[in-house]
Amino acid sequence: MNNLVIAALLLVLIGLAFQTGWSKSGSLVTAKGVRVHSRQQYHGSLVAIWAIIPALVALALWGWFGGDVTHNYIVGQIPTDTVLALDQVGLNATIARIRALASGYGVAGDVLPYEQAAGDALRSFNFLTFVGTIVVAGALGLGGLFLARNRIDVRLRARNEVERVINLLLLACSAVAILTTAGIVGSLVTEAFKFFTFVSPLDFFFGTVWSPLNGSTIPGEYGSYGLLPLLVGTLMITAIAMLVAVPVGLMAAIYLSQYAHRNFRAVAKPIIEVLAGIPTIVFGFFALTTVGPFLRDAGGTVGLGINATSALTAGVVMGIMIIPFVSSLSDDILNQVPRTLRDGAYGLGATKSETIRNVLLPAALPGIVGAFLLAVSRAVGETMIVVLAAGNSPVLKGNPFEPVATITVSIVNQLTGDTDFAGPQSLVAFALGLTLFVLTLCLNIFALFIVRKFREQYE
Amino acid sequence: MAIDTLPIAKQTPAERTQVVHDGLRARHLSENIFKGLGLAAIILALGFVALLFTDIIRKGLPAFTQENMHLSVNFDPAIVKVDPVPIRNGFASEAEYQAASLKWQRSVALLNWNKVVEASLRAAAPAGYEIDTKDLLTIAETDARHEIRERFVANPTLLGQTVDIDVLASASAVNWIKGNIDRSLQDSQQQLSPEARSLIDTFVENGVISRGFAWSILTNVDSRAAPASAGLAGAFFGSLYMMIIVILLAVPIGVASAIYLEEFAPKSKVTDFIEVNINNLAAVPSIVFGLLGAAVFINYMHLPISAPLVGGLVLTLMTLPTIIIATRGALLGVSPALRQAALGMGASKTQMVFHHVLPVTFPSILTATIIGVAHALGETAPLLLIGMKAFVASVPATPMDQATALPVQIYLWQGNEDRNFFEPRTAAAIMVLLAFMIVLNGIAVYLRSRLEKRA
Repeated sequence: MNNLVIAALLLVLIGLAFQTGWSKSGSLVTAKGVRVHSRQQYHGSLVAIWAIIPALVALALWGWFGGDVTHNYIVGQIPTDTVLALDQVGLNATIARIRALASGYGVAGDVLPYEQAAGDALRSFNFLTFVGTIVVAGALGLGGLFLARNRIDVRLRARNEVERVINLLLLACSAVAILTTAGIVGSLVTEAFKFFTFVSPLDFFFGTVWSPLNGSTIPGEYGSYGLLPLLVGTLMITAIAMLVAVPVGLMAAIYLSQYAHRNFRAVAKPIIEVLAGIPTIVFGFFALTTVGPFLRDAGGTVGLGINATSALTAGVVMGIMIIPFVSSLSDDILNQVPRTLRDGAYGLGATKSETIRNVLLPAALPGIVGAFLLAVSRAVGETMIVVLAAGNSPVLKGNPFEPVATITVSIVNQLTGDTDFAGPQSLVAFALGLTLFVLTLCLNIFALFIVRKFREQYE
Repeated sequence: MAIDTLPIAKQTPAERTQVVHDGLRARHLSENIFKGLGLAAIILALGFVALLFTDIIRKGLPAFTQENMHLSVNFDPAIVKVDPVPIRNGFASEAEYQAASLKWQRSVALLNWNKVVEASLRAAAPAGYEIDTKDLLTIAETDARHEIRERFVANPTLLGQTVDIDVLASASAVNWIKGNIDRSLQDSQQQLSPEARSLIDTFVENGVISRGFAWSILTNVDSRAAPASAGLAGAFFGSLYMMIIVILLAVPIGVASAIYLEEFAPKSKVTDFIEVNINNLAAVPSIVFGLLGAAVFINYMHLPISAPLVGGLVLTLMTLPTIIIATRGALLGVSPALRQAALGMGASKTQMVFHHVLPVTFPSILTATIIGVAHALGETAPLLLIGMKAFVASVPATPMDQATALPVQIYLWQGNEDRNFFEPRTAAAIMVLLAFMIVLNGIAVYLRSRLEKRA
C-alpha cells in the first residue's frame, strides 16, 4: 500500500517536472526570432531527471536504513529490564506482536500494557516516518525541479545533458555483464578457497576417491574429495556424446549445405534445430525411461551387460542433443569457404564428394575443430541428462556400460539448496564449479580463437 | 593390362581417357556412398526428433485422463461433531476472531473425516460387500477427506445433509484401471488388495468411477500424500513469476548494453574486454549461474531461498548474453544509409539510434527475447542449486514465496517412487512444458514475419 502511494507520488513528480520544463521551454519559443538550443521535450526530460534523482536517493536511503531504525525504535519502546530478560527468539516474538498491534490487526491473547503502549507509539512513529520520508523526498525533488527550471534558457544544452544521462544509463547496463562475470569468478574463488582450507588442493585435484560424508559434523571427518573419478566420468560421457554428435552432425551439415534441394533444406534444418530448443530435463527423462532400458535390452541380446543408467545412455542422449549444435556451426563454416575453391575442384573434374573431402573439409577444418570444441564445452557443462541417466556412481573405472558420476552431478548432489556453507560437504560444489568454469572457459576461448582465425583467413 | 601404372607422360591420350573411365565407376560409387551417408545422417537426426516427440506423447497422453469417483456424501451429525462456527461480530479484534476461527477449523480438521469417506464408499459398493476399512480407503485418493472437509468448512449448514461430491480415485486405483501395473502379477506384488481390486472393477462397471479429462494436473498444486491430485499449478506460477522477472530485467538491460557496445562505446581495451566477456558468459554452463545465485543472492544477500525472485534473477543473468548478442547482430545489420540519412538531417547520435535504428531492429529483438525466455523457461539445473526443488504444495502468492518451476516439477515427479503412476504424469508435465515453448516460439515466428512485412 505504502509502496503504491510512493510510486504514484513519484509518477506525479515526474509528470509535474516534465510539464514544468516543457511549458517554461514553450514560453521561450513564443518570443519572436529566438532560436532555442534544445527542443521542448529535452527541457522537460532534463527537469524530470533533476527532480527524480534526489527524490530517489532519499527514498533509497530510507529503504536501506529504515528497517534498522524502526527496529531500534521498537526495542527502545520496550522496558529495558524486559529486553534483558528476553532471549533473541522471545524478543523477536515481542517485536512481531508490537508490529501486529501497530498495524491494527491485533494479536491473540492478553495484551501487556507496555506492548499496547509500544504498539501505539510505533503506529505514530510509522506514520511520522512515512510522511517524513515523503516530505523529504518530495522537497528534494521539488528543489531539483526548481533548480533545473531556473536553468532553462535559450542557450541551455538540455539535449546534450539528457543524452549524457542516457549514455551513462547504457554504460551501467553493459556493466551488468562484467559484474556477472566478476560475481561468478569472485564467488567461485572465495568459496573454493574456503573448501581448500579443509581439503588440500592436491588431494582434490589428484585424489582418486570420491566419498563425501554428507551430514557428518565431526571435525576432520568429512570424507574424501578426489576429483578424478568425476573428471573421468565427465570425459567419458563427453567422448561418447561427441562420437554420436560429430559424425551425424557433420554429415547432416554437409548434406544440407552441399546436396539438399533448397526446399528440403528449408524443412529439415529447422526440424533438426528443434532438438536444440528442447529443455535438457526432457532429454534426461527420455534417456531414463526409453533409451536406457532399450540399451540394456539390446546389450542383453548380444550378451553385453549394459546398465540402464550408464555413461553410454547419458552420452548417447547428450550426443543427440548436441547434433544441431554441431550441424549448424559446421554449416556456417562450410558456407564461409569461398566458392572459387569448390569451382576450381569441379573444373579439375572432381566429383562432388571428392571436392568436399579433399578441398572443402581441409579448408574448413580449423573452423570445424573450433565448432567441435564449443560442442565439447557444452557437453562438459551439461547437467540434467547426466543427473537423470548416468547413474551417479563416483567410482574410478573405465567401463562405459556402467554407471558413472560427473562434475555437474556432484555439484547438484552436494549443494542441495540449504545454505549451510560451513562444511566442505557443500563448499566442494564451488571447487567443482570452479574446475568446470575454468575447463569450459579454456575450451571456449580456444575454440573462439580458432574460429576467428579461420574467418580472418577467408575475409 | 595395367596402363595406370605407367608414368602419365608415357600414356597416349586414349590410354589416359581409359584410365579416367575405368576409375569412374569406383568414384561414382564412393560419391553415392558419401551422399547416402549424408542422407542417412539427416534421416537419423530427423528420426531422433520424431522418436523423442512420439515417445513423450505416447507416454504422457494417458495421464491427461483420470478416474473420478462420484460419491453421495452424508454429513452425518453422529460423525461430524462440531461446535457452531464463530462469527466475526462476536470478537473484539480481527486477530481474536482469526484465532477463534482457526480453532474451529482445527476442531473440524481433527474429526475423522475418513469415516465420512468410508461411509460414502460403502454406500456406493454393492450391498453386503465385505472389505476392510483400510483396503476400502485405498480406492479413493487420500485427499478425498480434505475435499469433503473443505466443502463442509465452506458451508457448515451441510450438516445432516447428503451431497454428491466428486473425488479422485487413488493413484493405485488408476494404475489398476489403466493397466499401468501388470494385472497378472501376484497379490503380494500388487499395490491393492484383491477385495479392493475387484470392488474397483465393480465401480468402473456401475459408473461410480468414470474417466474424465484430468483437470487436476493443470489446476492443482503438487501433492505427496495424494499423488492422484498432484498438479502443475504451483510450478506454473513459479515459472510465470520468473519469466516476468526475466522479461522485465533482461530485455531492457540487454538491449541497453547492446546499444552501448554497438553504437556508443569507444573502441578501447575496456570495450574489447566487455565483448569477450559477454561471448564467454553465453557459453558458461548454466549450472555455474546456479552456483552464483546460491553464493551471492542467497548466502550473501540473504534473499529468500526457493523463491522465484532469486530464480528470476539467476535466469536473467543467464539470458542477458543471448539478448545482447542477438540485439548487437540486429543493430549491425541496419543499413548505413539509414544512419547517414538521420545524421545528415541533423539528428544527434542518440536521436539517430533511438528514433531510427532501434525501431528497425524491433522484430529481431522481439524474436531474440522470446527465444531467450523460452530457453530460460526450460532451464532446470541452476534452479536446483538455489533450493527450488523443495516440495511446495501451494501456489506462490508473490515472487518472494517458496515455489518450484515447471522443469523442476518434472525433475521431482520423475524421481517419485510410484513409477507406475508418475511416469505418465511426468510425461504429461513435459507435454505441458513443451506446449508452452512451442506456443512461445510460434508467437516469435508469427510476430517476426508480421513485423518484418510491415517494416
